[in-house]
Amino acid sequence: MKKNLILVLALLLVIGSLAGCGGATPTEETPTEVKIGINYELSGAVASYGEASVNGILMAFDEINAAGGVNGMQIVPVKLDNKSDAAEATSLATRLMVQEGVVAVLGPATSGNYMATIPVATENQIPIISASATADKGVTVDAAGKVNDFVFRLCFNDSFQGVTMANFASNNLSAKNAVIIQDKSSDYAEGLAKNFVTTFEASGGTIVAQEGYVGKDKDFNAILTSIRNKDFDVIFLPGYYQEAGLVIKQARDLGITAPILGADGFDSPVLLELAGAKALNDVYFSNHYSSLDQDPMVQNFIKAYTEKYGVEPNAFNALGYDLGMYVADAIKRAGSVDPVAIKDALADTQGFAGVTGTFSMGADHNPIKSIVVIGLKDGVQTTSVKVDPK
Amino acid sequence: MDQFLQQMVNGISLGSIYALIALGYTMVYGIIKLINFAHGDVYMIGAYIGFAATTYANLGFFPALIISMLACAALGVLVEKIAYKPLRNSSRIAVLITAIGVSLLLEYVMMFFVGAEVRSYPELLTDKAFHIGEVIINMQQIYIVVTAIALMILLQFIVHKTKTGKAMRAVSIDKDAAELMGIRVDRTISFTFAIGSAFAGAAGVLVGIYYNSIDPLMGIMPGLKAFVAAVFGGIGSIPGAMIGGLSIGILETLVSGYGNSMYRDAAVFAFLIIILILKPSGLLGKNTREKV
Repeated sequence: MKKNLILVLALLLVIGSLAGCGGATPTEETPTEVKIGINYELSGAVASYGEASVNGILMAFDEINAAGGVNGMQIVPVKLDNKSDAAEATSLATRLMVQEGVVAVLGPATSGNYMATIPVATENQIPIISASATADKGVTVDAAGKVNDFVFRLCFNDSFQGVTMANFASNNLSAKNAVIIQDKSSDYAEGLAKNFVTTFEASGGTIVAQEGYVGKDKDFNAILTSIRNKDFDVIFLPGYYQEAGLVIKQARDLGITAPILGADGFDSPVLLELAGAKALNDVYFSNHYSSLDQDPMVQNFIKAYTEKYGVEPNAFNALGYDLGMYVADAIKRAGSVDPVAIKDALADTQGFAGVTGTFSMGADHNPIKSIVVIGLKDGVQTTSVKVDPK
Repeated sequence: MDQFLQQMVNGISLGSIYALIALGYTMVYGIIKLINFAHGDVYMIGAYIGFAATTYANLGFFPALIISMLACAALGVLVEKIAYKPLRNSSRIAVLITAIGVSLLLEYVMMFFVGAEVRSYPELLTDKAFHIGEVIINMQQIYIVVTAIALMILLQFIVHKTKTGKAMRAVSIDKDAAELMGIRVDRTISFTFAIGSAFAGAAGVLVGIYYNSIDPLMGIMPGLKAFVAAVFGGIGSIPGAMIGGLSIGILETLVSGYGNSMYRDAAVFAFLIIILILKPSGLLGKNTREKV
């Protein structure tokens, strides 16, 4: 019993001294390091997105630190795993901001988890930035239409992809008539379809048929047969790779050869497994980045990334890398480690050159950046076209 | 017309799969009056066994089909022995709830081991297609329909021409009387589970090849629709399950082809409600007054 008491006392002492450390206010002298929080999905359902982003971020930080850091300070990443869970993401954001004393938090990767951390950022007046939260609603602008001051992202949103693919269909493929087969069970596909229709019709095109399916469906033969005899030039297929792969396979099996367009939900190696190489011809999708981009900056990134991690980078790696560079750039321009000054610098960004494109931060905290349309031939990415925002 | 014929091809391929699953429902119901809700998940496990056999052991279509059928038969018997047999004399609702529990157990144990992401089969059957006018029939569809018909003929033979089949029919009519006549009731019930589950396993492999996408929750929807098919055909009736399966497949295809694809599932379940109101015993069911 006595032993336990001593242990408890000792523990109290330790906690007390730790609290003392935490309470010490930073002195006036210039700090030698700056802490940046990393709040990502490192395990759980979307761990592959989180891990890929973090690899890119850490690579950017390593490069910056090796080159002398930002304003003479070394970047210290504080990396935590939110387990792909929104509640966990919220509590980690609080922990990073309140306990760890970070100046900005990067992540999470998916819109839902990222949105869960917005109130924490607003309350603590510390900026959060995501590289891949593409949801149209509720991210940088709240439900009332007011911009969330401390919330940024450096990817385009879903509806922009719908607009781009519609322009791609009418300008690059000279399509006049389109069929839409959309995932009715996701907001993502809904937003894409809506914007595709508006843009495509505005440029003189006609939507011949609009069919829907529900996530996890496997049989699309009936809807494909019903559109087969219609007169159309392209199929727009907003949705995720799990169903898109099967739709493409069944469409090609039924003899439908029209080009099939989609968005970044196609970007997975599983698409190839499900559809098979033979079906993946004349398939185009919009993405954040393409490894076929001949820009020297992109090619250097690919080379450096492949040397460091032994695999070719995907879009999430590239977005993560840009995110790391972007936050460091903002700290540099802010000239201080005050989160509010960093927030202002993030919002002021003009012409930031990243591997996923050059962008300026818009007034609504969405970047104005170009998009890449990737073309597949026998399942391999063979063409890429950069489309600039209008 | 071409379009209609093509839709019939689609509907019959889909319906054959429902029919194979529905057979398991109907046989089990016929013999112990249990709606075995875990049946759709046996089908899912059959798909995964076929996946393992073809991907890791590099087996062809027929060996994979047979391995999957045998493994599912064993699984069906195991489930029956562990979960249902101890409840043989309990109330029907207790067994029904147990069946739902077994269903969830199979789904999430499988998800724990194989993960939630979809997997795809290697290319096993040639995807050669036959063009008859504008109608396209591919080899996989032919395999599905032929396998389904062959298995159903085999089942009719077992039930009507063999001693075990006779025992099955006897147990189904009157369990106690059958026991008094010296029929080993427990063994007959196990055998029924084995056959029903083997058919579900076969359906799993066929679906894996045809759609090229399997996941741990793939059994839920087809399981429910096969249940509707079994009720439509007259639960307990084997030819009824075949007719029911094909009808549901065709109904679903026509609704999405000519109506709205979003109402496809709703149409199937609305159909179930209509049957239960108008003809609860189904097309070929015996007209007994019994509550399920």
